[in-house]
Amino acid sequence: MKLPRLELFDVAKSFTLHLQGGLRLPVIANVSFAAAAGECVVLGGPSGAGKSSILKMVYGNYRCERGEILVHADTGTVDIVTAAPREIIELRRTTLGYVSQFLRVIPRVSTLDLVKEPLIEEGADEAAAEARAGELLAALNVPARLWRLPPATFSGGEQQRVNIARGFAAERPILLLDEPTASLDAANRDAVVRLIDEKKAAGTAIVGIFHDADVRDRVADVVVDVATFAAEMAA
Amino acid sequence: MTGPGAKGGPLLRASGITKFYGDRVGCRDIGFELWPGEVLAIVGESGSGKTTLLNCLATRVVPTAGVIEYRMRDGRMRDLHALSDAERRLLMRTDWGFVHQNPIDGLRMTVSAGGNVGERLMAVGERHYGHIRETATDWLGRVEIAADRVDDDPRSFSGGMRQRLQIARNLVTGPRLVFMDEPTGGLDVSVQARLLDLLRGLVADLGLSAIVVTHDLAVARLLSHRMLVMKGGEVIEEGLTDQVLDDPQAAYTQLLVSSILQV
Amino acid sequence: MSAGAYNFAYLDEQTKRMIRRAILKAIAIPGYQVPFASREMPMPYGWGTGGVQVTAAIIGPDDVLKVIDQGSDDTTNAVSIRGFFVKTSGVATTTRTDAATVIQTRHRIPETPLAAGQILVYQVPIPEPLRFLEPRETETRTMHALEEYGLMHVKLYEDIARHGHIATTYAYPVKVAGRYVMDPSPTPKFDNPKMHRSPALQLFGAGREKRIYAIPPHTDVVSLDFEDHPFSVQEFDAPCALCGAEGVFLDEVIVDDAGGRMFVCSDSDHCEERRAAGHEGTLAGAPAWSGAAAAAATEDAS
Repeated sequence: MKLPRLELFDVAKSFTLHLQGGLRLPVIANVSFAAAAGECVVLGGPSGAGKSSILKMVYGNYRCERGEILVHADTGTVDIVTAAPREIIELRRTTLGYVSQFLRVIPRVSTLDLVKEPLIEEGADEAAAEARAGELLAALNVPARLWRLPPATFSGGEQQRVNIARGFAAERPILLLDEPTASLDAANRDAVVRLIDEKKAAGTAIVGIFHDADVRDRVADVVVDVATFAAEMAA
Repeated sequence: MTGPGAKGGPLLRASGITKFYGDRVGCRDIGFELWPGEVLAIVGESGSGKTTLLNCLATRVVPTAGVIEYRMRDGRMRDLHALSDAERRLLMRTDWGFVHQNPIDGLRMTVSAGGNVGERLMAVGERHYGHIRETATDWLGRVEIAADRVDDDPRSFSGGMRQRLQIARNLVTGPRLVFMDEPTGGLDVSVQARLLDLLRGLVADLGLSAIVVTHDLAVARLLSHRMLVMKGGEVIEEGLTDQVLDDPQAAYTQLLVSSILQV
Repeated sequence: MSAGAYNFAYLDEQTKRMIRRAILKAIAIPGYQVPFASREMPMPYGWGTGGVQVTAAIIGPDDVLKVIDQGSDDTTNAVSIRGFFVKTSGVATTTRTDAATVIQTRHRIPETPLAAGQILVYQVPIPEPLRFLEPRETETRTMHALEEYGLMHVKLYEDIARHGHIATTYAYPVKVAGRYVMDPSPTPKFDNPKMHRSPALQLFGAGREKRIYAIPPHTDVVSLDFEDHPFSVQEFDAPCALCGAEGVFLDEVIVDDAGGRMFVCSDSDHCEERRAAGHEGTLAGAPAWSGAAAAAATEDAS
């Protein structure tokens, strides 16, 4: 039995839309699963089942209504649900990595610097960070002539690959992947699968969402069907 | 994160901050902690009390009630409004910065750019002209003002340059805490983007803590780690910046977030 | 006008006591600007009303008074103030620096070193050295109280940035007794070293601005500067054209319509004494220019 890095117990989430007369939208309930070091847990289920919401709660991006989200970091266990903002910031800096579907573009920062940033945050030296960032960008077929440019003007696919490089650059014990392979061609999907395999081999616990059945089958150790967590619509 | 305070606890702790102007409420019963390296945004519409709160925190206004404690460089927490004038002013010109919305309020308009940046150095006893000028020129470079403008006074600068000069003038003594009041207000968007990017880089490089008042949620998202949402003088929601913006809980915050124009 | 109609030295005794209290306080806190209830004087502000009130408050029947304006005893300002005190107090007057007990001055310190027991009274137009950088009086007072003088160096920094050297040549700021930064009145910076540890008492009166400040005898007076741009006084290429004196402050005097000029002692008494002692400059044979230096007085009187 491998050590769990991440555990969810009875997690629930709903949205209250005050602008719609206080309409309450339940999303999911009773979510429980765990991800161990070196394991890739894939969240499955139809669109709208709440897969992204789960990842966002784990990352602290969405608030969690009920339950526990335990992150076993090197420095101790933190419950994301009750953690202070600065504890979550610290976890993001040291323990939690997150690759979203879209790159949130920061004006004027070069591609290489964007990919380097998480490594520098972890305390890597400039040269090592630059080398690693270059490796990742090359592996994802981002042409070297683009590295010095800010990605704001890149194509959607290029931006997505920069985003993936940035997410995989960090050596965080837990990696959350929200459809990283959407809109990628077969060659780049293969590159992402290779990167995931490397992370697993290095002992990273991964929780991911993959629409592409082929990728999902190649990386998943466990598939969690989110549809089983569907919350009952409140009165 | 830098400084002895990083492990030792919060840099600033506010509790029960209340300010009345006569019968009117400026802000009421506000409390939070700011830790070293954190950037806190205070957002809300005009009249929500965010500038009153900022002025109380920066000891520019005396609160009606409440305590603001600050961790001095010796590691001790001190009640800011109990400091002597001399201690408070020393703190303001060495360990703190204050970036005004209108750079005219924060610059000496008849003094050269170099003199504006050098003033704090001279205030703490630097008496070597060459060193002062070298440091000033270096800081102008860091805020992307060409070295050959060092002897020009800010009246000949554009709005964006003035604001960058104001930032250099504040950061030259290596402050640990910077207050900013609508730092990008009054600038056109391309100038804003450049300034924000610059601020973001400086804050990260220097490990600064900052309290930024803004009504612009995009500014808050780009600069801050945490956020307080104010309305009618009270904090109605707080949390991680991306959490407040992506999953707002209070009705007013939902309204604010849904009111952002998309381009 | 009959002198008998006035109290001795014009001011009534209550007013003198008030001014003396301000002077005593000023002496006790060297360089600190003491507010006082400046009176209307029978001359306009800008003509030395501050200095006149200080002199009136300290002068006694046995004193010997000298009055100079830009170093000269016989310019309008000096003559009228001397006449004022002759008329209202009847004290003896002199042009000789070493014979005077009280010297009222506008814009110069005599070349002859002052001695213990002498009092030098300066006429001051603007007592606040921080004024032109920080216009708020409330703020400058706080800055003095908290010894926040960085701004004074900003002024000197600006000088070097714009001119390559500290171009301030008069009203050059000094630090008194290691504490207060003070404006020495618009004397040339040439005279600043004379204030340092002077055995004489130096009093400063600003009538319009209602401030008195002082440098007690033997007090340190240091001109502000930068380590790499140290304070220095003006130097002159040639000695005084009349008396041949070197190391004194010279005035430029235009002597004809063809651009002819000469440089002569600003301190007219010093120049006359040297010539009486047989010293001669290059133009000593020329017409008697003894009072010519006074004609160079062009700056705004105080």
